[in-house]
Amino acid sequence: MNFINKIQETLLTDQRYLYLFDGLKNTVIITVCALILGVILGTLLAIIRVNYQNGARGAVMQILNAIAGLYLTVIRGTPIMVQLMIMYYVIWQSGEPIPVAIVSFGINSAAYVAEVIRSGIQSVDKGQTEAGRSLGLSSRQTMVRIILPQAFKNVAPAIFNEFIALVKETSVAGYVGIQDLTKSGDIIRSQTYDAVTPLLFVALVYLVIVIGLTQILGIIERRLAVSDHR
Amino acid sequence: MIIVKNLQKTFQTATGEKIQVLRGIDIHIEKGEKIAVIGPSGSGKSTFLRCLNLLEQPTGGEIFFEGQQINDSKVDIDKLRAQMGMVFQHFNLFPHLSVKRNITLAPTLLKLKSQEEADEEAIRLLERVGLSDKADAYPNQLAGGQKQRIAIVRSLAMNPKVMLFDEPTSALDPEMVGEVLDVIKELADDGMTLVIVTHEMGFAREVASRVIFIDEGKIQEENEPEEFFTHPKNPRLQDFLSKVL
Ligand SMILES: Nc1ncnc2c1ncn2[C@@H]1O[C@H](COP(=O)(O)OP(=O)(O)O)[C@@H](O)[C@H]1O
Ligand SMILES: [Mg+2]
Repeated sequence: MNFINKIQETLLTDQRYLYLFDGLKNTVIITVCALILGVILGTLLAIIRVNYQNGARGAVMQILNAIAGLYLTVIRGTPIMVQLMIMYYVIWQSGEPIPVAIVSFGINSAAYVAEVIRSGIQSVDKGQTEAGRSLGLSSRQTMVRIILPQAFKNVAPAIFNEFIALVKETSVAGYVGIQDLTKSGDIIRSQTYDAVTPLLFVALVYLVIVIGLTQILGIIERRLAVSDHR
Repeated sequence: MIIVKNLQKTFQTATGEKIQVLRGIDIHIEKGEKIAVIGPSGSGKSTFLRCLNLLEQPTGGEIFFEGQQINDSKVDIDKLRAQMGMVFQHFNLFPHLSVKRNITLAPTLLKLKSQEEADEEAIRLLERVGLSDKADAYPNQLAGGQKQRIAIVRSLAMNPKVMLFDEPTSALDPEMVGEVLDVIKELADDGMTLVIVTHEMGFAREVASRVIFIDEGKIQEENEPEEFFTHPKNPRLQDFLSKVL
């Protein structure tokens, strides 16, 4: 069988390209939702860490900081695939695979996003907080209205990089029975008994996504530079 | 209006070392007074000013604002600060917000004004300092003197009872100092109570109702400006004035 035939067999016979479409759809859904969850959770973790580092030492703060520390250690110290399987087979046994994957990847991503956002918050000049507080704004209003917008802007490229990494990391979702992009290639292989062609196509799709996102990242970086309003 | 009794502040450094910066400051500031604070660098002027609105927590003594002790855990710090404007050496405008939004953010968030009222007030205040054409500009598009005038306007939009200035012209190019001092002088003429840390001796002499000299964490001398500058008594002040005048 020549290469053209293999492509035809892999993609067209029985409309097998639909597997790739469905897989791509699931990969995108999991990645986007997990990133949103990761940014929300990561921001909360970052705020806890920053407040603690700035000397907040109330009882609640002590507890929150201890939890945050444990969270970061455990999540960064174990492989994402193990976390995913623990979530699926132990913690949330009756869960639908895709929500389980979103939560797992979101929780995992948060641990990395937290560090990024923490550095973003700390890169905002102390005078900004002082100006906000001296106007009578509460510490929460100052954080939400003044510090976080500047912090997010400072680290937007880094968060977008996390997004790019996450696209590739979700390729282990097949281990909990999700038909993501990678798994779709696997399904096609099991039908055609040809491993090479579907894998090439799967790799190609990932590559195109990542290159596309990297282009967008470049645009974001240029936009941010301009919006410094100088 | 503001009564400070035996105010002390000791900082603890990261290494655990203790530095006593304020060693017992006493002062009564009446409504409408204009207090100029002068003294060598590192003498505790900023720390004193920042204790007045609790940006620094005093480690000893008492501060009263309109009869109420403010360095007390029961006080609502945010409500207190809303009544005291503060202008910083480095402006600290919010770079992600337009000039108008810089001015209206606090009054609207704290529900003192509706957005429309706050916008009108912002335009009125900007006209007063000659910057109404900058309402939609962003801070980084402005020159230092313009930034500082807007920082003053941002504080004024809260209708404060007193304004605190920490070296408001020290970060400015010389040609921009005048425009900022003019705004502060106008405020003083309108009867605003103000406390200003400054190195502009001419300005202190012209505008202040009282000048105080802080050195080594204490008020070493205080007087009305004429007497203060022409007949300084404290040898340190004499020495300081001979260097800066
Ligand atoms: N947060 C701080 N931690 C430790 N030391 C400080 C802190 N803030 C100010 N100081 C010290 O207090 C002294 C007085 O500072 P400051 O009040 O800023 O003086 P001035 O405004 O008169 O120049 C300086 O020696 C400064 O290093
Ligand atoms: Mg100072």
